[in-house]
Amino acid sequence: MGDVPKTAPVEHADTEVDSDVALDLVVDRPWVTIVWNDPVNLMSYVAYVFRTYFGYTEEKADTLMMAVHQEGRAVVSSGGREEMERHVQAMHDYGLWATVQKDEA
Amino acid sequence: MKPFSRRRRGGVTATFDAGEAALLANLARQVIELLRDRHGESVADSDPLAAQLGLDGPSLPPEDPVLRRLLPDAYSGEESGESGEFRRYTEQSLTAAKVSHAEAVLSSLVVGGYDPDAGEIRGQEPVEVELGPEAVQAWLKSLTDIRLAIAVRLGIETEEDAARVAVSDDDAVAAMGDVYDWLGYVQESLVSVLG
Repeated sequence: MGDVPKTAPVEHADTEVDSDVALDLVVDRPWVTIVWNDPVNLMSYVAYVFRTYFGYTEEKADTLMMAVHQEGRAVVSSGGREEMERHVQAMHDYGLWATVQKDEA
Repeated sequence: MKPFSRRRRGGVTATFDAGEAALLANLARQVIELLRDRHGESVADSDPLAAQLGLDGPSLPPEDPVLRRLLPDAYSGEESGESGEFRRYTEQSLTAAKVSHAEAVLSSLVVGGYDPDAGEIRGQEPVEVELGPEAVQAWLKSLTDIRLAIAVRLGIETEEDAARVAVSDDDAVAAMGDVYDWLGYVQESLVSVLG
């Protein structure tokens, strides 16, 4: 490498940055639809809803259904906020317990 | 009950004893009544779009625990404060949809021979329902709503609770538990023929 011009040292002693906000500016966390476990809905029905509403394959629908059942919740879709709101509304119509929120990752 | 089976031309069919049909109709009517108590008669025949555009709904969740389960908060995590605003714009259309599912169940039963005005059940003919694709969806959703409602009333919040209800010494609880299990059987039978 040749001569690299030196940059002036950055003054940041007076500036406090909220690291969480900074992270949000760079990493655009998507919105997610979460389905929560409940003791009422049949496993077969939950998998059926994932297949027919989201169009998931039987394998993916079963995997998500088992995740809901065993881990208490599963992210079943991610994307834009309005789309996730539509999904949650649809899940409530099916009687599944679902919520929308920002991805926690 | 003769469980659901597939018809050659795409529909599904099942046969209920007159008593079973009356029970199912009664439960569907109770769900409708409960939902209307929250929103008044207007949800009965309003179309969901009009409800969504024209009317400002409540932003607070229902106090009744059954309604709170049927019409739950939509937001969780850091964003849970957004639930009220979302509810304001969507709860009435969700309510109207749930009422229409329950009404579709009632109407399938009536078409199948269930007579809402018949006093005596004994001696009545079985009720054979035949469901097309739309009615299938309505039945799946309404059976779910009815089961959710009974589960809340029975205090079923975990899988252990469900097992406890099944062996309850309280006759009323055990009887309601039997109904709850039977509805699960009906729904399982319907899901199983949908493939």
